[in-house]
Amino acid sequence: MLEYDFMRTAFLAALLVALVCGPVGWFLVLRGQTFASHALSHVGFAGATGALMFGLSPLTGLAGGALGAGILMGLAGERVAGRDVMIGLVLSVAMGVGALFLHLLTRSASAATALLFGDILGISPGMLGWLAALSAGCLLGLAVLARPLLFATLQPEMAEARGVRLQVLDVLFLALVAIATAECAQITGVLLVFTLMVAPAATVLRLSLPPLGGLAAAAGLALAEAWGGLILSWETDYPTSFWIALLGGAGFMLVGLVQRARGA
Amino acid sequence: MTRAGHEPHGMTPAVPESIRLQDVTLARGGRVVLSQISLAIPQGSFVGVLGANGAGKTTLFHALLGLEPPVRGGMWVNGQPVRRGNSAVGYMPQMRKLVGGQFSGWSMVATALHGQRWGLPWYGRAGRAAVDAALAAVDAQALAQRPVATLSGGERQRLLLAQTLLDDPSVLLLDEPLASLDPARMRETVERIHALAQARRMTVLMSAHDINPLLGVMDHVLYLARGRALLGTEEEVITTDALTALYGAPVDVVRAGGRVFVVAEGGGSALHMQDCGGCSAHA
Ligand SMILES: Nc1ncnc2c1ncn2[C@@H]1O[C@H](COP(=O)(O)OP(=O)(O)OP(=O)(O)O)[C@@H](O)[C@H]1O
Ligand SMILES: [Mg+2]
Repeated sequence: MLEYDFMRTAFLAALLVALVCGPVGWFLVLRGQTFASHALSHVGFAGATGALMFGLSPLTGLAGGALGAGILMGLAGERVAGRDVMIGLVLSVAMGVGALFLHLLTRSASAATALLFGDILGISPGMLGWLAALSAGCLLGLAVLARPLLFATLQPEMAEARGVRLQVLDVLFLALVAIATAECAQITGVLLVFTLMVAPAATVLRLSLPPLGGLAAAAGLALAEAWGGLILSWETDYPTSFWIALLGGAGFMLVGLVQRARGA
Repeated sequence: MTRAGHEPHGMTPAVPESIRLQDVTLARGGRVVLSQISLAIPQGSFVGVLGANGAGKTTLFHALLGLEPPVRGGMWVNGQPVRRGNSAVGYMPQMRKLVGGQFSGWSMVATALHGQRWGLPWYGRAGRAAVDAALAAVDAQALAQRPVATLSGGERQRLLLAQTLLDDPSVLLLDEPLASLDPARMRETVERIHALAQARRMTVLMSAHDINPLLGVMDHVLYLARGRALLGTEEEVITTDALTALYGAPVDVVRAGGRVFVVAEGGGSALHMQDCGGCSAHA
């Protein structure tokens, strides 16, 4: 399958995205903010459809929409970030706006499917450059934030007393989440961002690894699931998103079952 | 007796001051919690901070950490004005819900090591040695490899204490480190903290709901009630007269079986309950 250009592009795109989604997702799960990332992807959807209307690339709209929403969410702080209802409302309004934009678009059906469920085989080599730039920026940002973010996640009061600015961290982290979400949506679609962002990270967090090991393992598992999904999709002709979702869920359950068996 | 607010210089002047409050008023959410407190605590002093729920113990600690600036007045730690992020002040927050319980005790303690610095959580050889030393100081080496979620409340408290020691602080602010411990464990914890404080010449402010586990080790008692503060020795503060004056209502100090009970007259409700496992709810 690697003799085809579009497959090589797809494997590279999966690599770039998985390496970011794993570690960002690791913090997301640890901080209990997974629902926030779910909402960001939906705001990104509105952004992407809006971008399509104006003839821009959907990635621009996705990243822009998610980034704006992420920063606002961080600025609003605890008042919003912890509120399921508030996030749910933002999420549904965003989806509604996206539906409106799609309605106004001419070739809406195929665009909608690609945005909602991903279209990894449709990634152009030109887009690969954008993904590489976003991934590099995101990983660099996370490498700078990781230490205080970990401290603030486990012991917010103690961290604050040591001079960590919790809100600044929160805004910066949600900005990273937004970028990672936009990247992830290229592969899994906005509806299935959970599969690469949350599933591998949550699986790894069950393993009680030390932080750095956990971050690396999350990246590795996300990569394995993304590539595994691509290979299985090639073999079966079923969508990649389906396989990635399935692998993510299966991995999570498997680790849980093994642990229960060990514990019993 | 040093009625806090009148004689901040009442202590022996030979020992330098560790903490000094001058005419400090503290408010939370727009409501005044402590008003016009002046006091001075000498270095190396072990202070029990007592008071009912909502008396302002946590508020005072937050102010000393520079997290909540006073409405008015001045605060100094080791002669320097209070500032946020001062590594000379170690802080153990009131017990809260556990995040990251799957990490080992060692990893959990290590997150606090220069946790405010940008970069990766990579500790280096010196950093790892510092974490090991902090764990050893609280006899928690055996807990290092176990997931924190599998530890008892008392064992977690020891890890938290190890974290506060990482930066070699000269002042420790411990917010209810005894909450949810059984009486034997309470006493053991107090003695451990006292021994550490003496060995490292640290000033300790430790809030508690029950004075009994602290009896005999405190150099001073800081009693908070009705927005006011009373600082003095055990004998000076924990008396019927002193506390009645502080509360502005009849309060009885009853000593029975080597224990002390502070009882509001009439209702007979104990202001310090012996077992305060459930009363650590915190804003
Ligand atoms: N974030 C907040 N916003 C508004 N008021 C607050 C806040 N935190 C505390 N308060 C109020 O300030 C007062 C002092 O609270 P504080 O937490 O200092 O009490 P405490 O002595 O530590 O009590 P406890 O024994 O319950 O921990 C209380 O009346 C409380 O209701
Ligand atoms: Mg308190």
